[in-house]
Amino acid sequence: MSRKDRMSGNEAVAYAIRQVNPDVMPAFPITPSTEIPQLVSTYIANGEMDTEFIPVESEHSSMSAAVGAEAAGARSMTATSSCGLALMWEELLVAASNRLPVVLTLVNRTLSGPININCDHSDSMGARDTGWIQIYAENNQEAYDNFIQAFPIAEDERVHLPVMVCQDGFITSHAVQNILLEEDSDVKEFVGEYHPEEYLLNPGRPIAVGPYAVSNYSMEAKYNQEAAMIRSKEVIKEVAAKFREKFGRGFDLFEEYRCEDADYIMLIMGSASGCAKQAADELRQQGVKAGVLKLRVFRPFPAEEIASALSKCKAVAVMDRCESYNGHGGPLSCEVPAALFMNGINTKVINYVYGLAGRDFTVSNAAEVFGELKDAAGGGQNIRQCRYVGLRTREGQ
Amino acid sequence: MAGYNLKDVMSRPERLAPGHRMCAGCGATIGVRAVLRALHEGDRAVIGNATGCLEVSSFMYPYTAWEDSYIHNAFENAGATLSGAETAYRALKKRGRLPEDENYKFITFGGDGGTYDIGFQSLSGAMERGHDMVYVCYDNGAYMNTGIQRSSATPRFADTTTTPVGSASNGKLQSRKDLSAIIAEHNVPYVAQTTFTRDFKDIHVKSEKAIYTEGAAFLNVLAPCPRGWRYETSELMKICQLAIDTCYWPMFEVDHGSWRLTYEPKTKLPIEDFLREQGRFKHLFKPGNEDLIVQFQEEVDRRWEDLLYRCNR
Repeated sequence: MSRKDRMSGNEAVAYAIRQVNPDVMPAFPITPSTEIPQLVSTYIANGEMDTEFIPVESEHSSMSAAVGAEAAGARSMTATSSCGLALMWEELLVAASNRLPVVLTLVNRTLSGPININCDHSDSMGARDTGWIQIYAENNQEAYDNFIQAFPIAEDERVHLPVMVCQDGFITSHAVQNILLEEDSDVKEFVGEYHPEEYLLNPGRPIAVGPYAVSNYSMEAKYNQEAAMIRSKEVIKEVAAKFREKFGRGFDLFEEYRCEDADYIMLIMGSASGCAKQAADELRQQGVKAGVLKLRVFRPFPAEEIASALSKCKAVAVMDRCESYNGHGGPLSCEVPAALFMNGINTKVINYVYGLAGRDFTVSNAAEVFGELKDAAGGGQNIRQCRYVGLRTREGQ
Repeated sequence: MAGYNLKDVMSRPERLAPGHRMCAGCGATIGVRAVLRALHEGDRAVIGNATGCLEVSSFMYPYTAWEDSYIHNAFENAGATLSGAETAYRALKKRGRLPEDENYKFITFGGDGGTYDIGFQSLSGAMERGHDMVYVCYDNGAYMNTGIQRSSATPRFADTTTTPVGSASNGKLQSRKDLSAIIAEHNVPYVAQTTFTRDFKDIHVKSEKAIYTEGAAFLNVLAPCPRGWRYETSELMKICQLAIDTCYWPMFEVDHGSWRLTYEPKTKLPIEDFLREQGRFKHLFKPGNEDLIVQFQEEVDRRWEDLLYRCNR
């Protein structure tokens, strides 16, 4: 039986960690994810879980220790944000290339500088090509649900890749929302026990991890990693279906909110999806057919599925909570049009950057974006690309 | 360790197989084999390794020279990586996923680059947290894998590729960091400094203590590099003996806070005897550079006196 409660996103993830009770968790504090290791330590101190917690001296060491523990045969995870993720960058690649199913709960926060503790997606987007599966949450419920699904995805023999479960710093990590919590036994059953095939602590069957590989072998290793990432899409869908069957909620690759007949679709990730949906509802009342495509899975990138979902509308706003400093849009703004083009879809796309370093993104901001989409689709106005939402200087408008 | 018998110890099965790609006359593999010979029969091990010569030459896919489970992660995190593996061991034991009678020991190897410098934080963290592991530094006094660049373990005046000797330079300006003492100041149960002696007893006894002392242990092994030090490969053992007889590399241990000298030369030899064997110090013997050798000697003497004080107080 599900139980109704009220929790912050950090509390919800910590609660899920207690339920999963992983073997090893190294972690180093950083705002806004600090509460997660704190709460886990408290659960351990009170005898409510018995994960081996390693209070490492840096995030580089937290991911290094997670790699060591996972390779040794232990289900391992860590938590971090922002500069912590940047510091463990090298180790993200090591975890993925060694095909270690480590789980990382990431509380998204902008990267320096200026140093700022608030939300945007520049941390996880910076790590988008490290070989990690990335799943994003709109709210506390999804942060909880996604975390539980991360282990069966990562550990599936078709995948063997690490999973980054992302939620928005402060907006969901600290805000308290209603949530449905599942029974410990149901969560444990869903996640299952961890039985790796090959690991360091397998008596009589030693292995060596982390080789030097010359060019004759390295390229195949990288191809195999990509092949696993491609296969993971089906596994993510299977796990989501199993979750929906057991607990009655959730989406697989993305949520299509009022998209079926929509003329104007906003493609967005994370907590701002709520404002986008509210704006779509209000516009619908005024007769504007607005919809929202909330991307849940960014890696693997569901290019074909997105292209198909956007094939019938008149215009799409692609929303990046991240700047790429490349002169032509954020990560989604590069990948979504590429997905459309490769699939022969010629839908009008406008790229937006919003919500950097915690800048508010409101329902009226979302409504303005939909308004611009309508203008653009009408062809009456040549709307420039890479637009900023809510910028205080005129130039980016 | 009264029962030390060279023949018995040397006849133990090798845990680092031959056929790896390390140089002839390299101290690193001699150090590895000496340390691993101290593992008791029947005990298993997880071996860690920082990036460096040892790693790229002993585990080149699809071949490995390691008989035990082995993990290389990156350059700067051998301490943290083995922290994770050792913690996994405790977790699996606690949860009944490993048989009670299976004993694993955790030993990681790193060069002075991965240990004194880029991996210093990770090492310090692992030592402070007290993981039941041994960190073994094979100290050859420079970044040899990338081509003999100076490290904080490089002795003063050494000619390296980032402290080259030239018309305006006499090599490295700074003296070497005393990492063994720094780790001893972490108050871990066991720290020792050693190298290769004719009977290999010192390194064997210390390795066994390090491996079988519960908690974090650190071994600093002087492991000469023929490329970086520029000596004939056959001279390795002679150079190690000179390192300890000149007191350049004193052999000592810090056992639960108690400092003890494990070797004291009958006659302390002048530092020239150690320096003369090595091409990296050739410039010190040019006329006009006598003062540099005096300065080197003064530094050795000062550190030796300091060590004697620590051991005798």
